[in-house]
Amino acid sequence: MSALIELNNIYKIYHMGDTSVHALDGVNIEIQKGEFVAIVGQSGSGKSTAMNIIGCLDVPTKGRYRLNGVDVSTMKDDEQAEIRNKMLGFIFQQYNLLPKLSVQENVELSLLYAGVGAAERRRRAMKALQRVGLANKARNMPNQLSGGQQQRVSIARALAGDPSVILADEPTGALDSRTSREVLSFLQELNREGNTIVLITHDNSIAVRAQRIIRLQDGRVIYDGPSDDPKAVVQPSDTDEEVAE
Amino acid sequence: MGIEQNFRLAIKSLMSSKVRALLTMLGIIIGVAAVIVITGLGSGMQRMMNEQFEQLGANRIQVNIFGRGGGSRIVDTDDMYQLMEKNPDYLTGVTPYISVRTLVRYGTEEFKRTNVIGVSEDFADMASVFGETLKEGRFIQYLDAARKQNVCVIGSYINETAFNGNGLGQTITLSGTHYRIVGVLEASGDLVEGGGNDYIYIPYTNACTLNGTSEVNLFMFSCPGEDTAAIAKKIISDYLYSVYLSEDYYYVVTSAEMITMMNMMISVMMTVLVAIAAISLLVGGIGIMNIMLVSVSERTREIGIRKSLGAKRRDIRLQFVIEAGTTSAVGGVIGIVLGALVTTVASPILTGMMSGMGGSGSFNASPTAGAVAIAFGVSVGIGVLFGYLPANKAAKLNPIDALRYE
Repeated sequence: MSALIELNNIYKIYHMGDTSVHALDGVNIEIQKGEFVAIVGQSGSGKSTAMNIIGCLDVPTKGRYRLNGVDVSTMKDDEQAEIRNKMLGFIFQQYNLLPKLSVQENVELSLLYAGVGAAERRRRAMKALQRVGLANKARNMPNQLSGGQQQRVSIARALAGDPSVILADEPTGALDSRTSREVLSFLQELNREGNTIVLITHDNSIAVRAQRIIRLQDGRVIYDGPSDDPKAVVQPSDTDEEVAE
Repeated sequence: MGIEQNFRLAIKSLMSSKVRALLTMLGIIIGVAAVIVITGLGSGMQRMMNEQFEQLGANRIQVNIFGRGGGSRIVDTDDMYQLMEKNPDYLTGVTPYISVRTLVRYGTEEFKRTNVIGVSEDFADMASVFGETLKEGRFIQYLDAARKQNVCVIGSYINETAFNGNGLGQTITLSGTHYRIVGVLEASGDLVEGGGNDYIYIPYTNACTLNGTSEVNLFMFSCPGEDTAAIAKKIISDYLYSVYLSEDYYYVVTSAEMITMMNMMISVMMTVLVAIAAISLLVGGIGIMNIMLVSVSERTREIGIRKSLGAKRRDIRLQFVIEAGTTSAVGGVIGIVLGALVTTVASPILTGMMSGMGGSGSFNASPTAGAVAIAFGVSVGIGVLFGYLPANKAAKLNPIDALRYE
């Protein structure tokens, strides 16, 4: 059985005048169904670019990306939208809830774009909100909720479409440490239930909550292995010797 | 994503910034209101004109004779009578219609604006064609004209103002000559000096004398029905052509033609005015486009979020097009209400002005259903049309850039 996510020799090259920047420089990643993977790296390491490509928000300059066996690396705008809608759930650092829509309407959005009928939409949205423990806030507006609650709403929104992969981009970046722990525990719980989760972060202490860590530096994978390996959490600044070994 | 969902969203978005929404719609509001007022007043005017013409009768043919000058060839009243007698199926009556410039006086009272008209005895049969009904007494008779008797039939205005309604049998002075009042006409509409009820009819022979010329420039024929008016007109025209050998010396027009001409004039005028108002609609559309472009940049992040959740280009495009369409439709509705209000307020004011100018019939302006429907349709259309460009811009945004946008 092939991997759920299969990045094959992926390059992303940005041209800025005469110079070209290799944001991703020949990356190979395979993620199986049911894994909880953290992609770690400092800013400029290429982790955001990796997340954009995995999230079908961008296409690679070179290389092949197969999601669930489908080659999505050369897809057009609207085809990617379809993939995002059906297979991916996003959790953002800034929650990215639409302020003019109620909590329930926010959660329903991806179902709306999928063309799900109103009654079914409501049912699935409520189920997702129950899952994150916020069913009683369905009619509230996002700004009436705390940061942690808003992030849980955005998790519910990601869950509502029943995606193959949940992509969390610095999900705790805007939260205090206690709420961060709650959110991470929740992601672990979701993973135990069988959800595939890809977490993008710069923070090792958060990355270790995943089962597996993929560390990026200068657009290359410099570590890919279990999170309990001591090498996984070594700071990139002092990895040179380690890698040389 | 459904239309009604987008519509609800658009209304919400309008309500959340009312002042801005109002300013956005202003051009549309003014344009639509202007169109409604113009068409409302125009159709009111048309209606009033038609009413007045109906009073005059649709079965009337007016014959103007300019003549060649020098009196070489003249058509006189007897010629016209002969023409009528030869064509009894198409011409049922004829009378000279001589407007007399004279001073009307009763005691020390002068009536400067009264219309004094010289007519023949046929006027009695044709009275309905002129919208006149006898209240008491009689009309001008054959002997009155033949003997140039100093008799007259007066309208209700003078009867009421000079004689307190008891004018019959009294005398009134025209250019220093006493005329006995042998008939009084029924009032129709308001009594206004110089208006539809301020007429004095005298024998046409007397009128010629008062004017100092025996030439008659204006005849009125009556015909049995509107459908034969065209044939009747041709009979008269053919005869006049045989006399003058040129079409330049006379002019024959049926009342139906006059109504058509008048309606056409009003329509042309209205079209021009509506076209000017339409420019304001265009400007309003550009205003909406402008605000929608601003709105798209302000909501770049929202667009990014929607795209990340799977919104396709057409979903985003539809959302913004519907928002623009809704904005201008709401503007259109406000404009329609405003226009209807202005029309309703202006209507009685204009009626007052018209009757002050001597017009009869009331001016009843109201917005026409067609104009309302078209105005609404056009405003929605403008919103959609001018909303398309910004909507397309939004639809084409790159999701990553949109998500990162602060």
